Amino acid sequence: MVQGEPDPGRELDGRHRFDRPARGDGTLALMDFRFDSVEGVREGLAKVDYLADEGIAGVVYLADRLQKPVLVEGPAGTGKTQLAKSVAEMSGARLIRLQCYEGLDESKALYEWNYKKQLLRIQAERGEDQGWDEIEDNIFSDDFLLTRPLLEAIRAEDPVVLLVDEVDRVEVETEALLLEILSDYQVSIPEMGTIGAEQIPLVFLTSNNTRELSEALKRRCLYLHVDYPDLDREKAIVLAKVPDISDSLADQVARIVRSIRQLELKKSPSVSETLDWARTLVLLGVEKVDAEMAGQTVNILLKYQSDIAKAVKEFSSEGQAFKRGGPFSTDE
Amino acid sequence: MSEIRAATGSPMLDLLAGFIQELRDAGLPVSLTENLDAMEAVKHIPLEDREAFKYALGATLVKNHSHWRAFETVFEVYFSLRGSEYDISGEAGGDESGEDREAELGAGTGQGERSGAGGGEAMTPEELAEMLYQALMRGDEAMMRAVARQAVQRYAGMEPGRPVGGTYYLYRTLRNLDLDGVLDRLMTRAHRDAPEELTPLEARLEEDEFQSRIDELKREIEAEIRRRLVADRGVEAMAKTLRKPLPEDVDFMHASRDEMKMLRHAIYPLTRKLAVRLARKRRHGRKGPLDFRNTMRHSLSYGGVPAEPKFRYPRPSKPEIMVVADISGSVAAFARFTLHLVYAISSQFSKVRSFVFIDGLDEVTPFFEGTEDIAEAVHRVNTEADVVWVDGHSDYGHALEVFWQRFEKDVNAKTTILILGDARNNYHASQSWIVKEMRHKARHVFWLNPEPRSYWDTGDSIVGEYGVHCDGVFECRNLRQLESFVENLA
Ligand SMILES: Nc1ncnc2c1ncn2[C@@H]1O[C@H](COP(=O)(O)OP(=O)(O)OP(=O)(O)O)[C@@H](O)[C@H]1O
Ligand SMILES: [Mg+2]
Repeated sequence: MVQGEPDPGRELDGRHRFDRPARGDGTLALMDFRFDSVEGVREGLAKVDYLADEGIAGVVYLADRLQKPVLVEGPAGTGKTQLAKSVAEMSGARLIRLQCYEGLDESKALYEWNYKKQLLRIQAERGEDQGWDEIEDNIFSDDFLLTRPLLEAIRAEDPVVLLVDEVDRVEVETEALLLEILSDYQVSIPEMGTIGAEQIPLVFLTSNNTRELSEALKRRCLYLHVDYPDLDREKAIVLAKVPDISDSLADQVARIVRSIRQLELKKSPSVSETLDWARTLVLLGVEKVDAEMAGQTVNILLKYQSDIAKAVKEFSSEGQAFKRGGPFSTDE
Repeated sequence: MSEIRAATGSPMLDLLAGFIQELRDAGLPVSLTENLDAMEAVKHIPLEDREAFKYALGATLVKNHSHWRAFETVFEVYFSLRGSEYDISGEAGGDESGEDREAELGAGTGQGERSGAGGGEAMTPEELAEMLYQALMRGDEAMMRAVARQAVQRYAGMEPGRPVGGTYYLYRTLRNLDLDGVLDRLMTRAHRDAPEELTPLEARLEEDEFQSRIDELKREIEAEIRRRLVADRGVEAMAKTLRKPLPEDVDFMHASRDEMKMLRHAIYPLTRKLAVRLARKRRHGRKGPLDFRNTMRHSLSYGGVPAEPKFRYPRPSKPEIMVVADISGSVAAFARFTLHLVYAISSQFSKVRSFVFIDGLDEVTPFFEGTEDIAEAVHRVNTEADVVWVDGHSDYGHALEVFWQRFEKDVNAKTTILILGDARNNYHASQSWIVKEMRHKARHVFWLNPEPRSYWDTGDSIVGEYGVHCDGVFECRNLRQLESFVENLA
C-alpha cells in the first residue's frame, strides 16, 4: 500500500467525522456525513431501484463529502433527473425541484416580493402615523416574501435535495443567479441581507448539453457524465423497473438495445425507451423477441424513420451481409 | 513504488501534482480551484480503490465529456499498476507477481490475475490460442487478463529503451492473435451448439457479444503494453508520447482512423448545440438597432417627441448558400464535416446547394433533399458524385470554370458562396478571374482552407491568388475553427 501522510480526518473505525466551520459565528461544528462509503451509496440507491455504476455512486459520495453540487450531463433519458430523485428517496430527504426553461428569472428561481400584499399594507397603514421607514421595514420582511425553490432549499430545516433540472435551458446570464448558492449556500436579498443555509443541501444540476455551460458554473460543481448503461446494468434496470418481466426477456431486451446503440444513428435509444419497449413486450405477452417482433415494435425505441430503417435492415438476413458499420465505414 | 516514495513531502500529492500538470499540457483547462478540489477529494477515497480514485479525479478535474478520453489516458499512465513483472527485459521476477503487484497503488482491482496464467512461464502458441478461445467463449475476465499478459509477452517483441510507440506493439500482438479467425471459430461453434438454427437476429446478437469481449481483450492488451512501457520509460516520458489532441483540435488533414471515428461522434452533439444556439439567437435578436431617421420621421406626428422608436430590420433576409467543395484525398474529410455542419443548420438559410469537385464538378444537392440522415447523404456524395474529369487530381481552375458555366445564372445578390479546399492546384491554370466575377455577383465569397496558414502559398498551393478576390479566407483545420466559422455565417 502506498501510505499517504496520516490523515487527521480519517478515523480508525471507518466512520469519518470532519471538522468544518459552522455558518456565521465562526465556531467549529461537528457534522455527520450522509454516506459511509461509495459502496454504501450504490447499495442504498439499488434499494430504491436506481442502479448506479461506480462512477455515479462515487460522485454522489464525494458530493456529500466535499459539500459540492453535482453537474450531471449525458444523453437524454439516461437517468439524470431520476438520480436526484432517488438520492432524495434513499436518504429520506425532501426533493425541491427547480425546473429550468428559457426565460426563467430571479422571481421564479429565488424569491419575489408579494407586491399586492405590500400595497395593501401600505394603504392600510396610511392613516396611522407611522413613519415611512417603519412601513418599509415592515413590508420587506418575511411575511411578504414569496420563497422560490432556490431560497426554499437554503432555508429548509429538514434535509433536502435540490434539483436544478435542465439548467442548460436558461440563458447564460441567468446562470449567474445560481452561482452564489452553489458556492456559498447563501442568498443575498438586498432588502433583508444575506440568508445562509440552515444545512448544506445536496444539489444536483442536470444538463442535456444543448449549450456549453459557463466556466464559472462548472468550476463550482463536481462533474458527472451519465452515459448509456452497459449490458448488465441495463438488464438490471429493466428487471427493477418492469414488473413481471422474465429474466430471459430482460436479457434479450438489453442485448438488442446494445446492438442497436452500436449502429451509427441519429438518436440512440435511451433507457426510458428501453423500459417502454420492455413494458410493451410484456403487455404483448412476448417471451422471446424474434426479428419480426423486433421490427414491429422498434418504433418505440427509435424515433427517426431513417434510424428505424437502418435497424430493421441490420437485423434481417439482408443486414448480415453488410456486417457492422453505418455510413462512412467504407470510406476510410 | 520506490520512485513514488522517493519524492519529498507527501508522495501522493507529488504524484498528483505531476498528473495535473500533464493534464494541462494535454490541453485540459484545469483551474486552481479544481486542482485544490482534486487534492481534497482524494482524501476521502481509500487509496486502494483505484476506480473510485479515478472517478474522484475525473469529477473534479474534467468538466467536459469530450476530454474524458485524454484524461483516462493520462490516468492510466500515472496510476497504472506497476511492479517488476512489467519489466520489458523479461527475467526480473516475472513469476513472483503476487506480492509486488498487490503492493502497488490501486492494486485492489488486480486480484485473481494469476488464475490460469500460471505465473510467467511461456506457453506454446497453441496453448495460448486455445486459452484465448476459451477465455472469449466464457467471457472470463480474469482469464482474458491472463491471455493479454501472455500475448504481449510472447508477441509484442518489446525491447527496453526502444523508441517505438505503443501502437506498434499492439499491432504486432494483435496480428499474431488472429482475432477475426477466433471470432469465426466462436460463431461456428455457436451455430453448431444452438438447439435450433440461429435466426439472423440471434446470430447477430451472439456476434455482438463476442465482439464486445474481443474489444475488452484489446483494451486489456493495450493496458498491458502501456504498463510495460511506463515501467521502461517512466511516467512523464510516456505521458508525453501518448499526448493526443482533444477532439475539437484534431487536424482534419492528419486525423488517424481512430480520431476520425471520434470526430464523427463529436459532430452530432456539436450540430445539435449549434442549431439550438442559432435558433435562440434568431428569437432574441428580433429587434435590430434603433433606426434613428425612421424614428424621427414618425416623431413628427407626435409633435417632435420620439414616442415610437423604430428599429432596423434585425438582419437581412436569410442568405442562400452555395458550397463548392474539393473532395479529393486529403481534404475529403474536411469537406464532409463542413457539408455536415452546413446542412445541419440549413434552416438558417433560405436554401443550401452543394457542389463537389476534383477535376470535374457535380451538383449533389439532391442527395441532401428529402433525407433526414445527413451522414448518409454525405456518404453518397463520396461514392456517387461524378467528379473526375481527366485524372482525378484536383484542378480548381477547371472545376470553377464548369461551375461558372453551368451555375452563374443562379448566383445573385442573396447568394453566399463557400469554396472549400487547400487550393493545391497541381500547377494547373488558376482561372482566378472566376472568383473575381463571383464576388461581383454574389453577396459574399468565402474560402475555407483546412491547411495551416503557414503552408498557404507554398508548393502548388495558390490560395492567395484566389483569396485576393474573396471576402475572406479562413483557416479551418479542426472542428473548433469550423464551428466558429459556420456559426458566424448564420
Ligand atoms: N440507473 C437507473 N436505474 C433505474 N432507473 C433508471 C436508471 N436510469 C434511467 N432510469 C429510468 O429511465 C427513465 C428516464 O430517466 P430520467 O428522466 O431521469 O432521464 P434524464 O436523463 O433526466 O432524461 P432527460 O435528459 O430527457 O431529462 C426514468 O424512468 C428512470 O427511472
Ligand atoms: Mg431529466
